[in-house]
Amino acid sequence: MADRSYPRPSSGEITPRSAWLSRRALLAGAAAGAATHLVSRAGAQTLSVRPGPFQAAERPTPLQDVTHYNNFYEFGLDKGDPAALSARFAARPWTLSVEGLVARPRVWDIDQLIAAMPLEERLYRMRCVEAWSMVIPWDGFPLASLLAQAEPLGSARYVAFESVVRPAQMPGQRNGLDSLAWPYVEGLRLDEAMHPLTLLAVGLYGEILPNQNGAPVRLVVPWKYGFKGIKSITRIRLVESRPPTTWNQMNAQEYGFFANVNPEVDHPRWSQASERIIGAGGFFGGGRKKTLMFNGYGEQVAGLYGGMDLRRNY
Amino acid sequence: MPYLSGTPRNRLLVPWWGERAALALLGLLPAILYFWYGAHDALGPDPVNVFERWLGLWAVRFLLAGLLVTPLRALTGLNLIRYRRMLGLLAFCYVCLHVGVYVGLDQQGNIGVLVQDLTRRPFLMIGFAAFMLMVPLAITSTDGAMRRLGRRWGRLHRLVYGVALLVAVHFLMAFKTYNVTSVTYAGLLMAMVVWRCQAAWRRWRRRAA
Repeated sequence: MADRSYPRPSSGEITPRSAWLSRRALLAGAAAGAATHLVSRAGAQTLSVRPGPFQAAERPTPLQDVTHYNNFYEFGLDKGDPAALSARFAARPWTLSVEGLVARPRVWDIDQLIAAMPLEERLYRMRCVEAWSMVIPWDGFPLASLLAQAEPLGSARYVAFESVVRPAQMPGQRNGLDSLAWPYVEGLRLDEAMHPLTLLAVGLYGEILPNQNGAPVRLVVPWKYGFKGIKSITRIRLVESRPPTTWNQMNAQEYGFFANVNPEVDHPRWSQASERIIGAGGFFGGGRKKTLMFNGYGEQVAGLYGGMDLRRNY
Repeated sequence: MPYLSGTPRNRLLVPWWGERAALALLGLLPAILYFWYGAHDALGPDPVNVFERWLGLWAVRFLLAGLLVTPLRALTGLNLIRYRRMLGLLAFCYVCLHVGVYVGLDQQGNIGVLVQDLTRRPFLMIGFAAFMLMVPLAITSTDGAMRRLGRRWGRLHRLVYGVALLVAVHFLMAFKTYNVTSVTYAGLLMAMVVWRCQAAWRRWRRRAA
């Protein structure tokens, strides 16, 4: 890992937790009809976290937007569906199994896992394949820490992730027409999975992950399009060959396995050269900016793809 | 007489132009409402996208409403033909707003992207073709144009079936997966085209017999 440079933001660049909290209070107070929101968040469990590396310089997207503008097709197609329809989803008790080509497979209880892993705050840019973006303060731990405990075998080349199937609690899994194939599955090359940027998030804004954001544990790979960030993970399997991934199976022309953010490789239906900034405020908030190669994480991750044709491996 | 149908004017409570003006205003209400919301940051976290899709959806709705007039008359006897041109104009109006918001607010006038859109992206090429096909229809929707074109007016306006097909495909492509909304609207649009083809086929057979 010595070949990678870690940007260390000065302490002044990191938004202090108290500032988030006061912003959130402001937001909740300002938004009319946000009372129910306050109530629902009041029960949220605060996590004990310390600031981690790789802090983005951008202003975090307001909590209200992070939790009410979600693609989580298990709950419905509309961006508001996950927040509106996920209240009945039971994120506890939960087990996460790490298995496959590892020396020490293990089934983790989610709360034991959270207790065992030192949690870090990571303010990451999130770029959706639909050409919009957010900046989210995640709380979690590097996937590499979990994988290291499992001791991957030499034959392991990829990591396959699997999400949950619970039609009774996830209305989007009951509708045949808008359905993807369930469970949602994702995958990373082992070196991508071991990269220090790759995070398993169990919270955001200092609190336990809300259902609509992928409770209780989700993947965050900030240099890739958001759909790589599989939510509500139940199984992590180390495998020898490239695992199938949900959107790639749905439409291979539009969604590749790598799905690295790349302003030069357009989606067949739209340009990826720029992105709408979520929560910029109204029509005239000027909410659009240029998309950066690897979502601005090129310094850390470009080396993973040396010699690869990124136009073909999109 | 501005009407194509034989509804006696004296049965109406308001003069014909008043009725049309009311329909036009009513029809523009969804756009006005959402514009007001959007300008006041009340359209959620991604307001431009919401507005753009809203305008597209209403264009589809008015196009469909216009296409439903004839089958409705055949099936139920309800004759709404005096509103048909206004429905078509409303559809065109929403298409103009839809394109305007995409170009102006969403892409913020970025010519490079727009050129790529029209040369590389079938989704947008199809949508744009539908828009272009609607232009001659909108221009010739006045009483004067109808009179001048005579029988050719009807033939020209059959272009609307081409528009319906293109719009159905564009609408299906606007979603990442097939879903109830997209399949329903696209299905209805295509059903209108099929219904009309069938009617034309039957007429042709009767004439041939």
